Amino acid sequence: MKKNMNKTTKNNFITYAMVIAIFVVVQALSSTGNLSRLLTGLLVPICVYTIASLSLNLVVGYSGELSLGHAGFMCVGAYSSALFSHVTSDILPSVPRLILAFVVGAAVAAVFGVLIGIPVLRLRGDYLAIVTLAFGEIIKNLINILYVGVDDKGLHVATSAANLHLDPGGKQIIKGALGVAGTATLYKDIKDYFFLIGVVLILIVLFIIQNLVNSRSGRAITSTRDNRIAAESIGINVTKNKLLAFTISAAIAGVAGVLYAHNLSMLKVSIFDYNMSITILVYVILGGMGNLRGSILATIVLYALPELLRGFSTYRMLIYAIVMIAMMLFNWAPAARDFRSRIAEKIKGHGKEKEAA
Amino acid sequence: MAMLEVNNLSIQFGGLHAVDNFHLKIEKGELYGLIGPNGAGKTTVFNLLTGVYKPTEGIIRLDGQDITGKSIIDINKAGIARTFQNIRLFKDMTVLDNVKAGLHNHYKYSTLTGILRLPKYFKVEKEMNERAAEILKVFNLDQEANLLAGNLPYGKQRKLEIARARATDPKLLLLDEPAAGMNPNETQELMDTIRFVRDHFNMTILLIEHDMKLVGGICEELTVLNFGQVLCQGETAKVLKDPAVVTAYLGE
Repeated sequence: MKKNMNKTTKNNFITYAMVIAIFVVVQALSSTGNLSRLLTGLLVPICVYTIASLSLNLVVGYSGELSLGHAGFMCVGAYSSALFSHVTSDILPSVPRLILAFVVGAAVAAVFGVLIGIPVLRLRGDYLAIVTLAFGEIIKNLINILYVGVDDKGLHVATSAANLHLDPGGKQIIKGALGVAGTATLYKDIKDYFFLIGVVLILIVLFIIQNLVNSRSGRAITSTRDNRIAAESIGINVTKNKLLAFTISAAIAGVAGVLYAHNLSMLKVSIFDYNMSITILVYVILGGMGNLRGSILATIVLYALPELLRGFSTYRMLIYAIVMIAMMLFNWAPAARDFRSRIAEKIKGHGKEKEAA
Repeated sequence: MAMLEVNNLSIQFGGLHAVDNFHLKIEKGELYGLIGPNGAGKTTVFNLLTGVYKPTEGIIRLDGQDITGKSIIDINKAGIARTFQNIRLFKDMTVLDNVKAGLHNHYKYSTLTGILRLPKYFKVEKEMNERAAEILKVFNLDQEANLLAGNLPYGKQRKLEIARARATDPKLLLLDEPAAGMNPNETQELMDTIRFVRDHFNMTILLIEHDMKLVGGICEELTVLNFGQVLCQGETAKVLKDPAVVTAYLGE
């Protein structure tokens, strides 16, 4: 028993260590000036997508449901937190404001998670995927016509700029299809720390997901994935636990959205389309469902790759596709898995020999 | 008072009377067998008892408590646990975690406690590990605790399913063809385990089985089901000799 505990704990720490190691290497590279401007610009978005793929892995990998609407939760988190940041920009200093913005984004996304989850989780498999897909699109289209402004009287919400009826001196924050401008400028003073903030968030998210999965609720969630009827037969409330996983996942996706929104000077809703949901899903599947470390690595490689391959111009997407196929084979082909387990055993065997000696 | 008392239980699927006017009485601590030819409705009876199907008619009482029409989860909480004809384990979880999932409603801490790893988490998890190890030991699965359930050999998967059901601490354990697909040695070992579980935990067990050696060997009483109706009921030895039962199984 003890050995088992240690094994999962050890596994968790390897994941934390991996994230920290990557962070240290990247920081070292950038401080010595070895990181191109292009790559530096990718760091925060990589954190955003890493958090998003970790959150989706909780739903797809651990609770076994296919969600195609995760961009929707990111969108909700992004807009609610951007709104919060703009409204409180004069009241709060930037650090507590940013922390609160994360809380707001996560909370609003979680609320949407519950609202969507309650009806949707009664469906199964393909139906659930379609409904979540629809949710993502609905959110996108609603926000596309959403106008929010603030003046001395408070918040004004409307579906067109003319209907806002702002007092003189009031300002528009969310401008429909034009989105939210200038969120990043509100955080000019801590702009350089965004990558660090992103990495810390990844660590927090890992902490939450890993601990959740290795707990009583986590067992209930994975048991439901493995066999719904059997889980019910031992008294596990399937819908409740699926909803729990879905809500936590939505909140984390919201956090990814917050980071995304605050890193940009121009936040537009059009980016949160179903392509984004699919991209995240690709990271999760290529990295391995239920494999958090895999999600992180797949996100880094697959997000950075198209940018790094710009030199190949026309062949860029071809190489990208080949890398994807290679990763898929490496992760899932039986021969490749055998090969990996042989290597792993060899390494372990060596370790044991050393111990013996 | 009887542990399980079923009266006038019926279910219809469209025009088909899958189970018709079924009745059963099992005393506490009894090892009871439910047999019958293929398609007689045995598994349907299990599904009715565990809440998978809602009966069209009839009443089910567990230890005096009316559980008719309750949900699967509530029936498990009331004290019925089951195994399945086609094994339904949590394949991608370890053997230990399968049993710990069975302990879900007996050892509790909140989700937040689990995420934040508060002291209560370690305390309860430790208790759960000890309890699960105890149960695994009874089923001789303690060596395999850290394997994935899906990687166990067939016979051990069957046993693990019983262990998981046992973990919910039921008053009544339903076993749906526990010996299906087992070789004679495994069947013998299973019979010993079932008997041990009954004696050791003072549990009431109802099982469906085709293996007449197992049924004759461990069941004290039998009910024979044919075409959804009770054909014969009573002491094992008598029932197995009943001409009607022999006819149902072997034909005229």
